[in-house]
Amino acid sequence: MANPVTPDFPAASASPVRPRPGIWRRLVRRPLALIGLVIIAVTLLGAAFAPWLTAFGPDEQMFDGLTLSGEPLPPNTTFWLGTDLLGRDLLTRILYGARTSLFIGIIANGTALLIGTLVGVTAGYFRGWIGSALMRFTDLMMAFPALLLAICLAAVFQPSLWIVAMVIALVNWVQTARVMFTQTSSLTEREFIAAEKTLGASSARILLRHVLPHLIPTIIVWGTLGISTTVLLEATLSYLGIGVQPPTPSWGNIIFENQTYFQAAPWLVFFPGIAILGLALAFNLVGDALRDILDPTQRGRS
Amino acid sequence: MIAYLARRIVQSILILIGISAITFALLYLLPADPVRQIAGRSATPATVESIRRQLGLDQPFLVQYGRYLWNLLQGDLGRSYIQRSEVSQLIVARLPATLLLMIGAIVCELLIGLTMGLVAAVRRGSRTDDSLMVASFIGVSAPQFVVGLLLLYVFAVRLSWFPIGGYGTFSHLVLPSLTVGIMGAGWYARMMRSSMIDVLYQDYIRTARAKGLDRLTILVRHALPNAILPIVAMVGIDIGILMGGIVVVESVFGWPGIGQLVWQAIQRVDIPIIMGVTLVSAFAIVLGNLLADIVAPFIDPRIKLR
Repeated sequence: MANPVTPDFPAASASPVRPRPGIWRRLVRRPLALIGLVIIAVTLLGAAFAPWLTAFGPDEQMFDGLTLSGEPLPPNTTFWLGTDLLGRDLLTRILYGARTSLFIGIIANGTALLIGTLVGVTAGYFRGWIGSALMRFTDLMMAFPALLLAICLAAVFQPSLWIVAMVIALVNWVQTARVMFTQTSSLTEREFIAAEKTLGASSARILLRHVLPHLIPTIIVWGTLGISTTVLLEATLSYLGIGVQPPTPSWGNIIFENQTYFQAAPWLVFFPGIAILGLALAFNLVGDALRDILDPTQRGRS
Repeated sequence: MIAYLARRIVQSILILIGISAITFALLYLLPADPVRQIAGRSATPATVESIRRQLGLDQPFLVQYGRYLWNLLQGDLGRSYIQRSEVSQLIVARLPATLLLMIGAIVCELLIGLTMGLVAAVRRGSRTDDSLMVASFIGVSAPQFVVGLLLLYVFAVRLSWFPIGGYGTFSHLVLPSLTVGIMGAGWYARMMRSSMIDVLYQDYIRTARAKGLDRLTILVRHALPNAILPIVAMVGIDIGILMGGIVVVESVFGWPGIGQLVWQAIQRVDIPIIMGVTLVSAFAIVLGNLLADIVAPFIDPRIKLR
């Protein structure tokens, strides 16, 4: 069969989705998704090349970074986004902070996605008492004030980057589990799965060869949207001072460190705030477009 | 209906007991020691031990939890370790402020969200529609503490239209409600848009148009009520999201609600308060879900309660 995916879009043929040709092409043709992709690309590049993009170190307190009376500098030609209360370059800290956000976004969201998929698929495929026990537990977690739980956990552990990621994963898998459960249990009702069972296929084979491939679009969509949620949650925890700890820069803790001074130096809240908003927005835009493209049940609804 | 209600209420109680067990276990396992917090740094080991015994914290986990649950079932949330008063009294004293903030937030999100969704649906496919949907995305992607701080900076510090925080009058309520409401407004705008678009394609709307009714009458009398109802039922489910925001927003605005109470308690490992506020929030969430499910069949008779 002729595959219309051109070599210009290698990611489409490499993607695990059955090559429904041109997901990438359909994605970049949507202006909003394109904006999202550009923001994500810029953030990735900024995080990767931070040491080359700026002349300052993330923890370097500049002699000329404060006024004579010790106030932070507003944006100027040397310090493009101004300096913070300790005389460090804000742009540099935001660039390095992108590493934190992306790390949490990928690790925390990846873990949450894994837990959610395992729970949802197990409950949806095996049903029985395992299934109901898992889903009752999921219902219980749904009623949990999630942010409160995350705050409790993060406040009492002295959080490292990994602990913050795990705390976020622990409160974020629930939604995914529910979606995976619904999808898996309706898939399991379908004839082709029944036919496989009649033919004597093992559960492992049915799950890996038949159920999982059907879930991949959902996993991609939820994975993308979930990064947005995790980025916001990390920022919130760090803003409260219980997430990523200074001096490691994170967009949330930049605001935490400087908020006492924000009336006089609003740029210290504004720029990191825009960074958080931008990245969360980007993953929401791309995730929403992916849902339109990949999820046939939702197609044409908006 | 009554059998359904009874079953759901029993389920809800079980969920709350489950949440109390998990929270209790987590707080028990955490490395922070509440007794150290109470006794202070200079306390002798003997004092620390006697406080531990007094609070019953030397008992095994199951005994401690059993005692807590027994009291809980009698409506007793215990005493604060540090504030020397009943947790239920502390919560009751703070609850009105939080409820007020939530009502303000719900009003904001419905007003902004439904209007945005309605306009977007009516102008479907236009520039207006696109920009409104982008705005709704920005709303759901904006971290609440950033929104709060920026609103404070612009409307309180620069323009002095509103006070810089605190509690008491209507003008204190505006900025915090808006901060909590903006995220919800984004969701409601998207739901309202698709609900409205669904309704506008229904046969009865075509009939109304064929009768020669003008556009405005069709929208206001026939489409709007049917589009809004399923969304209003979502408010119940929304309570969970609102509850999540209170700690952050109350600390940005110095709002004296249960969010601030629990935030101070977390920093001092005041476990009874943390437990109490968690359970009260979970209760609100469970109640909201229950109400949303009970209201559903009245709104859409095709839904049957099972």
